[in-house]
Amino acid sequence: MSSYWAMSGYAAYVWPSVGLTVALLVANVLWARQLAREARAEARRRIASQDAS
Amino acid sequence: MNWVWFHRFGSPPYFYSVAGRIVPWLAWPAALLMVAGLYGGLVLAPPDYQQSDAARIMYVHVPAAYVGLMAYVVMAVAAAIGLVWRLKVSHAVAAACAPIGASFTAVCLVTGMLWGQPMWGTWWAWDPRLVSMLVLLFFFLGYLGLRGAIDDTARADRASAVLAVVGVVNVPIVHFSVIWWNSLHQGPSLLRKGGPAMPASMWVPLVLMIFGFTFYFYAVMLMRARAEVMRRERGGQWVREVLNATGDKP
Repeated sequence: MSSYWAMSGYAAYVWPSVGLTVALLVANVLWARQLAREARAEARRRIASQDAS
Repeated sequence: MNWVWFHRFGSPPYFYSVAGRIVPWLAWPAALLMVAGLYGGLVLAPPDYQQSDAARIMYVHVPAAYVGLMAYVVMAVAAAIGLVWRLKVSHAVAAACAPIGASFTAVCLVTGMLWGQPMWGTWWAWDPRLVSMLVLLFFFLGYLGLRGAIDDTARADRASAVLAVVGVVNVPIVHFSVIWWNSLHQGPSLLRKGGPAMPASMWVPLVLMIFGFTFYFYAVMLMRARAEVMRRERGGQWVREVLNATGDKP
């Protein structure tokens, strides 16, 4: 098992590549969800100010 | 030919609703394909006969490069449609592509460096493929910078769309750079004459990853484009109806 993780001596190159890419995939989803939340919050504020006036 | 179905996507509420229904149908296949592709590529596939286990970087580097290029093409096409037909939804789609494309292009470059150091003995070379990919990143960043610098959304849309369309000439340069010039980077090894330059145990996981990344790109792009459409239409009646109907749900 430890020989698997060693990647024939290339562990220092293979695992950071995989880790970075997985982080990229997760980050892009979180980023898009954050944008959606912000857009809804801003629209709610706009509606509230329309209703108030 | 009836184009009404297509024109309806120019309507923000229709786009918002249909895109929202499509996202899960893209996200789940993307997750399954990527899990299968990573397992196949990192565990089941044999080590390369020349590069040993370092070749497994391919399973993340190639799909990242693919998404970077695809994001650029989708961005340029959406920007061009936005310019010609003045469709706001189209500009929102273009704007949604850029941050995703930029981040995947950056990760492609970094994973390429992590592959280049052990295989070529250098992190970076001023090589046609590497430089044209760096130029792709600069086009994304220029597009985002230009949008950020113009406050008026309609003017930002038009100016950035022109940049996006001009930059599309770089896409075939990236693709053919390894053929036209003598590059350090290896040539096409999947879609080439005579079939893939590797056994099925190696190319099948790569194809799964490429399809998984493609589904993923369209899912995240539609999520961003929906948020962008709502941001632009925040004063509209349909936004009020959507927010009333969904409550606090995402």
